Amino acid sequence: MFADYSMSELGAIFAMQGFAGLILFSVFVLMALGLAIIFGQMGVINMAHGEFMILGAYMTYLTSNLFEAYLPGLFSMYFFVAMIIAFFASGLLGLFVEWAMIRHLYKRPLDTLLATWGLSLILQQLYRSVFGAREVGVSIPDWMMGSLPLTDLVEIPINGIFVMVLAVTISLAVYYLMFRSSWGLQVRAISQNRVMADAVGINTAWTDRLTFGIGCGVAGVAGSAFTMIGSTGPTAGQLYIVDTFLVVVFGGAGSLLGTIASAFSISQAQSIMEFFLSGSMAKVLTLLIVVGILMIRPQGLFTLKLRK
Amino acid sequence: MSDKKFPAKMTGASRRAFMAGTAAMTASLFLPKSLRAADFPTAEVNTTGLAVTDDTVTIGILHSVTGTMAISETGSVQAEKLAIEQINAQGGILGRKIEYIQEDGASDWPTFAEKARKLLVNDKVASVMGCWTSASRKAVLPVFEQHNGFLYYPTFYEGLEQSPNVIYTGQEATQQIIAGLDWVSETKGAKSFYLLGSDYIWPRTSNKIARKHIENFLPDSKVVGEEYYPLGHTQFNSVINKIRLRKPDVIYAIVVGGSNVAFYKQLKAAGIDPAGESPMVLTISVTEDEIRGIGGENIEGTYACMKYFQSLQNENNLAFVKAFKEMWGEDIVIGDVTQAAYLGPWLWKAAVEKAGSFDVDKVREASPGIEMTTAPEGYVKIHENHHLWSKTRVGRAQADGQYEVVFETAELVEPDPFPEGYQ
Repeated sequence: MFADYSMSELGAIFAMQGFAGLILFSVFVLMALGLAIIFGQMGVINMAHGEFMILGAYMTYLTSNLFEAYLPGLFSMYFFVAMIIAFFASGLLGLFVEWAMIRHLYKRPLDTLLATWGLSLILQQLYRSVFGAREVGVSIPDWMMGSLPLTDLVEIPINGIFVMVLAVTISLAVYYLMFRSSWGLQVRAISQNRVMADAVGINTAWTDRLTFGIGCGVAGVAGSAFTMIGSTGPTAGQLYIVDTFLVVVFGGAGSLLGTIASAFSISQAQSIMEFFLSGSMAKVLTLLIVVGILMIRPQGLFTLKLRK
Repeated sequence: MSDKKFPAKMTGASRRAFMAGTAAMTASLFLPKSLRAADFPTAEVNTTGLAVTDDTVTIGILHSVTGTMAISETGSVQAEKLAIEQINAQGGILGRKIEYIQEDGASDWPTFAEKARKLLVNDKVASVMGCWTSASRKAVLPVFEQHNGFLYYPTFYEGLEQSPNVIYTGQEATQQIIAGLDWVSETKGAKSFYLLGSDYIWPRTSNKIARKHIENFLPDSKVVGEEYYPLGHTQFNSVINKIRLRKPDVIYAIVVGGSNVAFYKQLKAAGIDPAGESPMVLTISVTEDEIRGIGGENIEGTYACMKYFQSLQNENNLAFVKAFKEMWGEDIVIGDVTQAAYLGPWLWKAAVEKAGSFDVDKVREASPGIEMTTAPEGYVKIHENHHLWSKTRVGRAQADGQYEVVFETAELVEPDPFPEGYQ
């Protein structure tokens, strides 16, 4: 296994795979963070999470077209505008969905699974009607393409670095919101004891709606970022949903720190095995390891202490 | 949105005039054109109770227009409808206009089988144009054999199949792979190959044939890596690192669907630009359709090995592309399979006219040797084994999303669905 490579090559392999793993980690964090907020704090199983991401991707597509047509001089910066638009588009749709559908189902958590699955089908058909069945191409500004050479062998793709920076920024923002803002305090109070929170005057309905909206908004930003590396089509959201749930469940529902730890361990395991085994085999082994650990520790890596 | 799925059809006089105009160009050259239904009494041309009246003949169109495969199969449906319109505009088949019943396979293989049964048993259709994935074809195959239906199947596929009830209008694996590998070996001097694919039967079978050919028939050539990723995989950083270390001359990539977008974007982001040709990228799974999602600038310089490209400069194809755009919209792109789907109704028409009957057994008997000089891809002919003789071409992707044809085989390549020494 190692014999095929020289020492310097092995060094380069570990360096490059380390970075590949970090990029994968960032992708997982972006995918899972929005879901973890909704699932962890509200107990809602949001099967339409992937479609909220794709909404962000389509917003990026529209923004890039707008900039190409009307503001070609500012095209290199369009991505930042697109991410903000993606956040608000997905977030607003999230607020609406919470108001129209989710709030009626809080006492029936399993039904949220069915309802949001139906929502995902509706959204897919909506995208197909509006944007067409075929995938759309999003043009990326030139500065985001290419890679930084560190040594002869080791190069790091710039879009990967961008995704990493984005993942860190959003994680910090979510941390600040959850643990340093009054909204975060209310969310955590509600997730600990909804009735008591209500009794002490927290507006639980509004907090729920905002939580769902922010979770969907984060999904939109993730989708926007993924246009750099992946595809944008009506059903592309389905590609992400299994991995996303895997990360959230493995991390321990309800714990944002657990989500990050889980994304890190899954991505590193996957990345290292991918190099020495085949891609499909790495995926299978990663799944087996996750299942094995969940059998021993069904609550996931980290759990909140809840009053039941 | 510029990407309309079903743009408004042309209407009225302009369309009819246009159809009549192209009809002269695309007419099948087999029999005199003015066949009148009265000369072919229904009782004589339809002895098995098919849906044939004195004025019409009904066929089936069976593709997915919902579900994950709708993206791909939309083009096939459009091409088949265009061919039917054109055939009707020039008088139909044996004086009868073609009508069609369209069923939705919904990207679900049992549904395909059920709909095939419905078309054959309830609707008594005279033939069916349909299917895309091998899984859907395998699902309908027993139905077609049991009820003696006749299917025209348009997708390039892995071979290892030959049914009396199917005409395969796409390429089987050897027609697509071998000429392309020979070309990079001879003209580009490529010696080392990295095989990469999605993890299911078609890429694995295709790569098996590619590996055998590289190792046994190309001088001093070797495979330096072979790898598969699950369908829908979007993270290719690790395999790109491996490619960088192994330094192959050719990345032979047959990733499918949305994974393609991720693969080419990440390849370019990692500094391996296909336009630079070191290494070269050769694919058999990216048509003009997929490039729309990938973005022309990300895939520019990649070589694709197929039998048809929209950019082919011959009279048949120029007329075909023009008619297709007039019917389905200016900004549409036409890929390899779309063209193969277009051949189905025309080949069926030629076989029916040769047989002088719609009966499946007679059409089957008449099929081998049927030629079509007006195919957009050029001359094609049906082989005894129900596949088409066709040319293999290599195209180089351009930034505008089209392929520039850089090579085509001098002769038609004989279809060989059960290749010896490659299994």
